[in-house]
Amino acid sequence: MPHASLSLFPFAIIAQLPLPNVRLDPRTNILLGTVVGILALAYFVGRALRRQPESTANPAVIRTLNLRIRAWWMMCVILIAGLWLGPVATTVLFGLVSFWALREFITMTPTRRGDHRTLFWSFIVFAPLQYVLVALKAYAIYTIMIPVYASLFVPARIAISGDPKRFLERVAKIQAGLLICVYCLSHAPAILSLVLTTRPTEPNVPVEYWEGSNASVLFFFVLIVQLNDVFQYMWSQLLGKHVIAPQINASRTWEGLIGGTLSTMLTGMLLWWATPFGPYWAGPIAGAVALAGFAGSMTMSGIKRDRGVEDYGTLVSGHAGVRDRIVSLCFAAPVFFHITRFFFSTMQ
Amino acid sequence: MNLTVPLLAAIAKLLSGATMRWHECQPDTCQRVYFANHTSHLDALVLWSSLPGEIRDLTRPVAAKDYWSKGIVRQYIAKSFNAILIDREEIKVHQSPVDLMIREIGTSHSLIVFPEGGRNPGEDLQEFKSGLYYLSKKRPDLELVPVYIDNLNRVLPRGEFLPVPLLSCITVGAPMWLEPKESKADFLKRARDAVRRLKDV
Repeated sequence: MPHASLSLFPFAIIAQLPLPNVRLDPRTNILLGTVVGILALAYFVGRALRRQPESTANPAVIRTLNLRIRAWWMMCVILIAGLWLGPVATTVLFGLVSFWALREFITMTPTRRGDHRTLFWSFIVFAPLQYVLVALKAYAIYTIMIPVYASLFVPARIAISGDPKRFLERVAKIQAGLLICVYCLSHAPAILSLVLTTRPTEPNVPVEYWEGSNASVLFFFVLIVQLNDVFQYMWSQLLGKHVIAPQINASRTWEGLIGGTLSTMLTGMLLWWATPFGPYWAGPIAGAVALAGFAGSMTMSGIKRDRGVEDYGTLVSGHAGVRDRIVSLCFAAPVFFHITRFFFSTMQ
Repeated sequence: MNLTVPLLAAIAKLLSGATMRWHECQPDTCQRVYFANHTSHLDALVLWSSLPGEIRDLTRPVAAKDYWSKGIVRQYIAKSFNAILIDREEIKVHQSPVDLMIREIGTSHSLIVFPEGGRNPGEDLQEFKSGLYYLSKKRPDLELVPVYIDNLNRVLPRGEFLPVPLLSCITVGAPMWLEPKESKADFLKRARDAVRRLKDV
């Protein structure tokens, strides 16, 4: 029966392909354990600092520090819970974070009555669909769904609603929200769908699979981005003299960028064992992630200055300010994902 | 008490992402009239859901009969949040809405009212209807609490039926009362300014 064997053909192929390893293996556990330990230490240091008299420590700086530590705890708990429950759960959790970030983004960006239906589509269709496609590992579709089809749909839907006022501006706002908060961030859980190799796959050369777990690669990525934020801040405080763009962000300096990126590269190199990159490439890849994270922070500062808000004012004040915490992750996720996919996976 | 009420309140809060800010006013179970700006059908539901549980049980939103008595879902929601439905089309002299409100709240319940009378399509607050004045004149002991609801009009604008889950913010201001010998126009203007001032705090 040629027909029957023909229809089974694609399934037979899929069954033979190796699946990505997403278990919490020893390497991942060492990395997770170290980070939880450092965070616990940071928690107690932060608490001790809060009790210091105001003359020795700036209370505003300590408050920011404690808020940061709390955000890292949240991130850590979400990641560990997700990785423990499996790749689909991780994707769902990242999807919820995306959804919340998009909510903050659109709340702080004025839209008009005519944008309501477009916003409904963005929140209810495009954002969840992107994560469903990531969970289904449909790389060819999720990689173009928002940048091509949602980007075409948004202006068309706004045009149909019939309000021409500031048309391009309104289109750009919704497109930027979907792109940064949803599309970019979805590349982080997508790391879990790769079959990792220790070197680029070439024809006629046997594939060398990496024996580690994708969970540790995802955790490595989040850790590097967060550390990069800290390093850039610290170097700016220590040596910062030349502000990059004072009207965008007065605290970002060239010294912070260079010092921070080099520190992140060094950290990436030291943590090479958690990745398939090897000691030689882990550093440069961490450097690329650092630069993308920096670009994300600068972009978000630009958006905030345009809106004229340091914080988001009263609307978002009662909430955590998720978007601020994850914007460097958003920018770095596609860069990290694509480097890993093109050079260290079977690219299926 | 209806079991679905806490669930309904949780959904309303989640959907509207509402932050409740008690500014110059603390939650209390004393008899109050919360008066707020009105821009969305969700206003009453979200404000009521954002009140602390024990206050929520004692607070009754005043809502339009023509909207909330249409269809099973709306009727069910209005019943769950214990709304007092007012007939806006047919106001009778001996059965005025103010008398109905006073009778319904007795000596234990609070009210949520929207003195603009209808949902406001524009930016600035509309003139207040006189109901708040007569309510206060007949029951001078009620605390009048101004409330400003921000951004709910973007969650569910006029003429739409599907909400977009943005974030919103509810600000509660300092209680006020009708001053002796204060004229109706002065009082309504003062009440409107009290709501409007909360926009910027």
